Amino acid sequence: MSVGTLEAFSLIVRRELCLSFRRPDQLLQPLVFFLIVTTLFPLGLSLQLSLLRDMSPGVLWVAALLSSLLSLDSLFKSDADDGTLEQLALCGQGLTVIVVAKTFAHWLVTGAALVLVSPVVATALGIPGSAFSTMMLSLVLGTLTLSWLGAIGAGLTVGLKRGNVLLSLIVLPLAMPLLIFGAGATDRAISGVSPVGALYFLAALCVFTSTLAPFAATVALRITLE
Amino acid sequence: MNTAVDGLGVEKVHVWRGDRHVLKGVSFSLRPRQLLHISGPNGTGKTTLLRVVCGLLRPEQGQVSWLGQSISRVRSEYQAALAYASHEPALKGDLTALENLRFAVGLKRRVTGADLRASLERTGVGACADLPARVLSAGQRRRVAMARVLAMSAPLWLLDEPFTNLDASGADLTAALLQSHVERGGSALVVAHHDLKIDVDMRRLDLGP
Repeated sequence: MSVGTLEAFSLIVRRELCLSFRRPDQLLQPLVFFLIVTTLFPLGLSLQLSLLRDMSPGVLWVAALLSSLLSLDSLFKSDADDGTLEQLALCGQGLTVIVVAKTFAHWLVTGAALVLVSPVVATALGIPGSAFSTMMLSLVLGTLTLSWLGAIGAGLTVGLKRGNVLLSLIVLPLAMPLLIFGAGATDRAISGVSPVGALYFLAALCVFTSTLAPFAATVALRITLE
Repeated sequence: MNTAVDGLGVEKVHVWRGDRHVLKGVSFSLRPRQLLHISGPNGTGKTTLLRVVCGLLRPEQGQVSWLGQSISRVRSEYQAALAYASHEPALKGDLTALENLRFAVGLKRRVTGADLRASLERTGVGACADLPARVLSAGQRRRVAMARVLAMSAPLWLLDEPFTNLDASGADLTAALLQSHVERGGSALVVAHHDLKIDVDMRRLDLGP
């Protein structure tokens, strides 16, 4: 009668997706932010396409980081506020499974959605089509890593009333390598140089965080639950 | 020794909250077919005690054991055996009552929609199964939370103020559910202010000063 770990994982992912789609405003907020910021940049800068093209990887990545960060605050907060986090913590599955499932579901509705709209934004910023695959791959790795880092931060700040400022302070410094190498990979792909070095580094960061961050986030969450 | 080999044992549990010594060496044991009524004025650590018993809060001293073993050692077995209802109903407002139950109970054991509807019927909120929890009244939410406890079919119930917001018939119903649970070999820990009118092997732990 007991429920397996994979089954529990998929149940929690479904729960999170179900909750996200019941709240379309919260679902769309990071995406709309991403679109607005990237649309405002070309309007604010001069209309030279070459200048825009030079800046576009940085603009795209800064916007992606900030919009992912925007929604991290709610990762555990709403469940902690209404008491469902306690129910989840006592479900007999271990808190790590819950943290992994919730973070993955969160990435699906923020990071993955961002990756899907990125070609539209990239076109507006003058990034050539040949660089799209590199850009999207780097964004997949980058946003996934950011979600894991964010899970640690969200776990630590879930008990605070205004935790989102602290959360940004915790997560943003750790996210700097993502920005540097992510924008670097995209930049290299635009100028026709092989971006694999930067992509390998991003992939390494992604593996590193996705193996260790769940445990760190679990510990953080357990402390705040007490 | 206070460790009950066939049930729950709580031994000399001490908890400090900052400078406040909230639980001062609380000990009790709870065997199947027993009910423990925890009472006491506000702020005497009733909820804290329940959270310690659940394993959500680690006591500074003392230990909680289940079937003779420390609950940190048999965590998943222990969690599978308990059903906890906190003083807030712990429902997601955006999910229907049935979905709330499915996602909470489904992590503990395999259940069908019919099982869950049946437990909602038993607590008198069968008609609200497909309504979002946010439109339910406080009393209805409490009943849905009670249905969740029922659906978990766990031997140990840990209920924090299960009678809050309930009307007279709801309070009678909850008492009857507790009675049948204990009579069928379960055990329950109930935090409540008023006297419980339940005809089972009931003891009382007063946490008063």
